[in-house]
Amino acid sequence: MFYREAGQFKTSYQDDQAIFPILQDKVAVLALVAFAYVIPFFANEYWLQAILIQFLVFALAAIGLNLLMGYAGQVSLGTGAFMAVGGYACYKLTTNIEGMNVIVAILLSGGITAAVGILFGLPSLRIKGFYLAVATLAAQFFILWLFNKVGWFVNDNPSGTVTAPPREVFGVLVSGAQATPEARYWTCLTFLVIFAWIATNLVRGRIGRSWMAIRDMDIAAEIIGIRPLRTKLTAFAISSFYCGVAGALMVFCWLGSVETEAFDLFNVSFPVLFMIIIGGLGSIGGSILGAAFIVLMPIFLVNFPPMIGIDIATDFQKHIEEIIFGALIIFFLIVEPEGFARLWQILREKLRTWPFPY
Amino acid sequence: MEFLHAIFVAPFVDMWTDPFFLAELILVGLSTGVMYSLVALGFVLIFKASGMFNFAQGAMVLFAALTLVGLMEKGAPVWLALIVTMGVMVALSFAVERCMLRYLVNQEGLILFMATIGLNFVLEGAGQLMWGSDVKRLDIGIPDRPMDILDGKILLNTFDVTAAVIGAILVISLAVFFQKTAMGRALRAVADDHQAALSVGIPLKTIWITVWTIAGIVALVAGIVWGSKSGVQFSLALIALKALPVLILGGFTSVPGAIIGGLIIGVGEKVAEGYWGPAFGGAIENWFAYILALAFLVFRPQGLFGEKIIERV
Repeated sequence: MFYREAGQFKTSYQDDQAIFPILQDKVAVLALVAFAYVIPFFANEYWLQAILIQFLVFALAAIGLNLLMGYAGQVSLGTGAFMAVGGYACYKLTTNIEGMNVIVAILLSGGITAAVGILFGLPSLRIKGFYLAVATLAAQFFILWLFNKVGWFVNDNPSGTVTAPPREVFGVLVSGAQATPEARYWTCLTFLVIFAWIATNLVRGRIGRSWMAIRDMDIAAEIIGIRPLRTKLTAFAISSFYCGVAGALMVFCWLGSVETEAFDLFNVSFPVLFMIIIGGLGSIGGSILGAAFIVLMPIFLVNFPPMIGIDIATDFQKHIEEIIFGALIIFFLIVEPEGFARLWQILREKLRTWPFPY
Repeated sequence: MEFLHAIFVAPFVDMWTDPFFLAELILVGLSTGVMYSLVALGFVLIFKASGMFNFAQGAMVLFAALTLVGLMEKGAPVWLALIVTMGVMVALSFAVERCMLRYLVNQEGLILFMATIGLNFVLEGAGQLMWGSDVKRLDIGIPDRPMDILDGKILLNTFDVTAAVIGAILVISLAVFFQKTAMGRALRAVADDHQAALSVGIPLKTIWITVWTIAGIVALVAGIVWGSKSGVQFSLALIALKALPVLILGGFTSVPGAIIGGLIIGVGEKVAEGYWGPAFGGAIENWFAYILALAFLVFRPQGLFGEKIIERV
């Protein structure tokens, strides 16, 4: 009744090409973004600090990985390493260059990560599928080892940690321990909104279409004139750029100070992979939903048993949490292998005809 | 200059002047390689029969070892504990087929892979929930003494030799099983072509249960060997990550590939750590295997013994 496109006529080519051609979609998304911006006024610090900022950072990384895996079809398990490159590059840029604007530094570190991504994407021209997935693990282990071993990356800090220095944007502290959670939240949110918008446009354009052609069948794509070298490497570059920005935000706006541990395979690479699988491969909105799900689920699993009055010893709880997490993943894959994006599509179809389905 | 010297000159000079050290490294590498192969074998078996990249193999190793140790701590004799653990692994493969594989027929490889990562979490959690997460010693009587070869110029452990023998026995019995028994032939048929196998009346579900059982028993053997060497603990599950480069080096679909890949990785890793490790500041074995495998892959994208990838448009 409320959600249908009947009567919304497109009178110009531009209207037809809008990101959200249906008015209701546009209003809903704008309302959601506006709501996200006012959340800090009534959310408490714990929620902002521990959950929402984490969600924003991972959502950005998930969009990055989804561009690579969902659109270009190149499986990567090296997300953690690319995020680490972003975080460490941003740290080096802000601490070693006097007067560097932190926003510029974050974008530059995305660029540096893109270069690293191209380097580790080179084997993708020869190697495909699971062989490539395992090959990207080389990036994961090598890069983290490098950051651990070479003191230059952490400014020869003996403890091996990088700590985000306090930096201001327009006179407001946005990074470091003194910055308010609100400022950090807004920074991350702005990055996420802008980059999600860019990604949505990228995948509708020439680049995105050539990625999808490569994903669906690379030999056929090559025959119709898409250059595999350029297409695959742009996919790696842009995906790594997103991961690098997410990594920089992770260090500067979320954690404040990190060791390489934080970018571990099991802390970052696999969770981000889960996000895009559960959210839906080849869907920007799906990546964001998936990130929300994977970030919220462990928190829910920790808080739910005490809420209904069950007290479990903490070491038990950790293992039970693991079991439930794994079981839920399997359950989701069985029920809806195409993820939240598909569920959303079904819901939309239902909504269009509701309440008169005939 | 010094760095380049340490990489390109010094190691080879050392190899020339002290060949016994090199020989020792190679022998140690071979025995480690056999242990990697044991883990990689489990991966290959499942990949061949169901096209599933089973990330949970490492967790299965941990689960089997934890069950064995737990039973032995409860006072069960070794033989009984072994039999019960095998029973548990069989039950596990039934459960996996019943609750997971059955519903995931015809899904993409990536979805199956993610499902096994889920299974990985479940098994790790379940194993540690039942038997606790502290380090346990596993001792089922494998002798562990140093032994001298060539008048003490090369040092080896009887343990490593025993592990190599166990690995060899396992591989030979698997080869016999695959080549000579009816079930083995059925397995190979399924590996070749699911649909063709189904159409001549091979029951796919039975095959899957069998394969997962065999992979479970291989995991048990790997768990025993690794567990007696380094204690049974959570990190045992991480040897799956050590087995992955072995897999891509040997090829996902080849049993001999898993063995030879394991040996190459084992030797390469030990020699690199022994000669080049100091120049890089140590601990290079974490990624060296991956880089080595990657270098091989650039020349042979399907691994050393993998089936040639033929693509049609």
